[in-house]
Amino acid sequence: MTDLAPTTYAVTRADLVAYAEASGDPNPIHQDPDVAHSVGLPDVIAHGMFTLALAARYVDEQLGEPGRIAELGAKFTKPVVVPETGTEVQVEGTWRDDRTIALRVTCGGETVLGNPVAVLRG
Amino acid sequence: MAVDASLAGRTFPPTAPYDVTEEAVTAFAAATGTPYRTGDPAPATFPIVVAFGAMQDLMGDPEVGIELHHVVHGQQKFVHERPIVVGDRLTATLTVSGLRQIAGTDIIATSSAITDGDGSLVCTAEATLLHKAGA
Repeated sequence: MTDLAPTTYAVTRADLVAYAEASGDPNPIHQDPDVAHSVGLPDVIAHGMFTLALAARYVDEQLGEPGRIAELGAKFTKPVVVPETGTEVQVEGTWRDDRTIALRVTCGGETVLGNPVAVLRG
Repeated sequence: MAVDASLAGRTFPPTAPYDVTEEAVTAFAAATGTPYRTGDPAPATFPIVVAFGAMQDLMGDPEVGIELHHVVHGQQKFVHERPIVVGDRLTATLTVSGLRQIAGTDIIATSSAITDGDGSLVCTAEATLLHKAGA
């Protein structure tokens, strides 16, 4: 069981706008604070899929090679709130076996993805 | 209003073919800071672009009874048969694999089979959608 080095990623509202455009998910709760407030959120939140994409990025960066992920999944347990000044998401991983990386994804010290796991191609 | 129980097991028509372009993969990778060079496979979560289209067809179907603003993405998993690359022509076919109601929330489990131009399975995208009926 080897731990992989934690990495911190800055997340800005501009990133969410770019992700909305690139992914085709225009839900305004990820871009417009007024809409986010109207549904009871403290502020704009990142797409759950944006945060999962950061987990995939982490694995690609750690391995230094894209396209190795055969399986990736998680529960979206807590939203990543993105104030105007931005926020940070931290990802770290532990080898569970020679093909499986158990991830831990946090924002402000709180876990935001439930049981994120990446399984690599054999 | 809770969604119709007959939704369980239903398979929706395939989405229109989606052509994976260099521009689309570059933009997706850039938005998440993912390392990407021309010729690399697409990022592992890229197939959400295709799966999301299938989910929108499900959520937008007036017979299903989902109120779009009450849907939260609860869970997501990708199982890749092979990496997705520029030039792939992808289609998603969504099946409602499970439906439960707990405390006024519909828990809708979906599985989208993403196939290439030859009809071969490229990726299975499993999404759980939480629908708070009339919340």
